[in-house]
Amino acid sequence: MKILAFAEQRDNQFKKVAFEVIKAARKVADEAQAELVALVVGSAVQGIAASLGGYGASRVVVVEDPNLALYSTTAYAKIIREVANKENADVVMLPATAMGKDVAPRVAVRLEAGLVADCTALTVEGGNLVATRPVYAGKALIETVVTSPRKVFTLRPNVFTSGMSNGASATVERVAITIGDGDLTSRVKEVAQSSGKLDVAEADIIVSGGRGLKGPENFVLIEELASVLGGAVGASRAVVDAGWRPHDEQVGQTGKTVSPSLYIAVAISGAIQHLAGMSSSKYIVAINKDKDAPIFQVADYGIVGDAFEIVPALTQEVRKLSGK
Amino acid sequence: MRLVACVNHVPDTETKVKIGADGKSIDRAGVNFVINPYDEFAVEECLRLKEKSGGEVIAVSLGGDPHKETLRKALAMGADKAVLLKDDSPRDSFSVARALADYLKELSPDIIFFGKQSIDSDDAAVGGMVAEMLGLPSASVVVGLELAGEKNAVAEREVEGGHEKVAVSLPAVFTAQKGLNEPRYPSLKGIMGAKGKPIEEKQPTPPQNKTEVRSMQKPHAKGAGKIVGTGAGAVSELVRMLHEEAKVI
Ligand SMILES: Cc1cc2nc3c(=O)[nH]c(=O)nc-3n(C[C@H](O)[C@H](O)[C@H](O)COP(=O)(O)OP(=O)(O)OC[C@H]3O[C@@H](n4cnc5c(N)ncnc54)[C@H](O)[C@@H]3O)c2cc1C
Ligand SMILES: Nc1ncnc2c1ncn2[C@@H]1O[C@H](COP(=O)(O)O)[C@@H](O)[C@H]1O
Repeated sequence: MKILAFAEQRDNQFKKVAFEVIKAARKVADEAQAELVALVVGSAVQGIAASLGGYGASRVVVVEDPNLALYSTTAYAKIIREVANKENADVVMLPATAMGKDVAPRVAVRLEAGLVADCTALTVEGGNLVATRPVYAGKALIETVVTSPRKVFTLRPNVFTSGMSNGASATVERVAITIGDGDLTSRVKEVAQSSGKLDVAEADIIVSGGRGLKGPENFVLIEELASVLGGAVGASRAVVDAGWRPHDEQVGQTGKTVSPSLYIAVAISGAIQHLAGMSSSKYIVAINKDKDAPIFQVADYGIVGDAFEIVPALTQEVRKLSGK
Repeated sequence: MRLVACVNHVPDTETKVKIGADGKSIDRAGVNFVINPYDEFAVEECLRLKEKSGGEVIAVSLGGDPHKETLRKALAMGADKAVLLKDDSPRDSFSVARALADYLKELSPDIIFFGKQSIDSDDAAVGGMVAEMLGLPSASVVVGLELAGEKNAVAEREVEGGHEKVAVSLPAVFTAQKGLNEPRYPSLKGIMGAKGKPIEEKQPTPPQNKTEVRSMQKPHAKGAGKIVGTGAGAVSELVRMLHEEAKVI
């Protein structure tokens, strides 16, 4: 077995999930006595590539082209296929991010490979990989194996841990792949950042508010708590549909899937479609005035009561703890 | 313009999942099936493109006879034609994509719309696979689409921390995310009209699955959580637990 692990970067910076993918691939490689090579694609990424050594990739292939400053699904698919072929890699691992989910199906087709998307666990059994993934919005889990010779997996962010770098440095090799206009028939022209705010899909702590907050002006309570915790603000669909919060904050089936270490649900009832997006969080705290609200069924810790009293007190208490 | 919307027929989101006797799939007894919610956005977008630029909208589904219900829904919304690639054998995303791509190749559409994902398998894979099989450009998870002349389009897609504007040449494939549009309710006239429209049946290429489900389980139920207390008085105990027990703050 030989694994090609795709390390996602944007603006020449690795995403945290890149380290998670490398670390997960390293673990599989060790268990299966397989080889591992990492791949970095971008316009000026040679400088960051060696740092992947700290997470267990001793060899990194870099493909650089000025045309790749921004993402292109068609160009990335070509590059990943060519590197997989050149390296004779039979397993490709990518993150289940906006980018990874976009390019992985194309890579699978180009390699005639079965794809297992959004894996939450990968184990090695008798030399083969067994992937666990949620289906039906997390209401069930399936174990899947790939039966084709080549295999593609995408890994759900925040589930596999990256740990800290051990400081090791990787050998970096440049591979030249020509990217012409014909490879750029779909390419990103422009990225509009949401004012630098932390995205729920990437946050390690999320504080989400629901309809029980009564109006958009009261989300300042949620923002303050999120801010003292260094977390992101999330929202239920009810408040997004009401126009109180932007859709990019929505957690759930028609929003984003998140797995932070701490998810605090404030005045959210816990409808099945909301749980679909957050039930794989490591710790869930629920604050709701209705002791029978379904959110308490999935919460590790709950406080029954009025959010307007509890949230400010919580913000205060966390401030005390962190000495801020 | 020839506009195609690929539509899947899935258990509705309220479904309580029960594991079936085979231990690998759900028990379908009593489950209510609907058009995949994201595919409604796909159909709606095709209808709007047709209203602006003319052409025809074709809804395509791969599956057994029950998929006709979802195709009827697309017809009732206003699709001109519906095609069922009739086969109810189990297929993975690769196998579904292969059959759709084989059929769509002959049809040579200008735009093929998918939902961003089926809410049963949650694969989010078929759209990108079909694009690759047909050698077409694509943009996934789109919340906005503007045509730029006959041969180009700009799609807006959601990514972590922002939005991307993607320039795409046509013909192309798109997958729809909530926010793209507000799907219309079929009118009574639409519903009556749909009853009369025929659903064309075709034989798809046989399945060639590349993945195999070994087992399905219910996720571990969390042991009922602790109610730390009531009101603001419970806050300091909660913070202590998060700090000392869970070690997350
Ligand atoms: C196809 C489909 C997709 C969907 N996708 C999503 C999705 O992605 N994400 C999502 O969130 N939902 C989704 N929904 C909607 C979902 O079913 C619920 O309607 C929604 O999650 C409810 O939001 P809420 O919990 O904020 O509001 P409500 O259900 O109205 O709950 C408000 C809660 O606040 C509590 N409360 C009120 N006042 C206070 C107070 N002062 N202090 C403390 N607690 C208080 C109440 O007890 C109640 O539990 C979807 C629905 C469908 C049909
Ligand atoms: N059996 C099917 N028939 C038609 N379209 C499908 C089928 N399965 C999936 N699709 C389309 O592909 C999209 C993504 O599905 P999936 O990859 O299964 O999550 C769906 O939103 C549909 O548009």
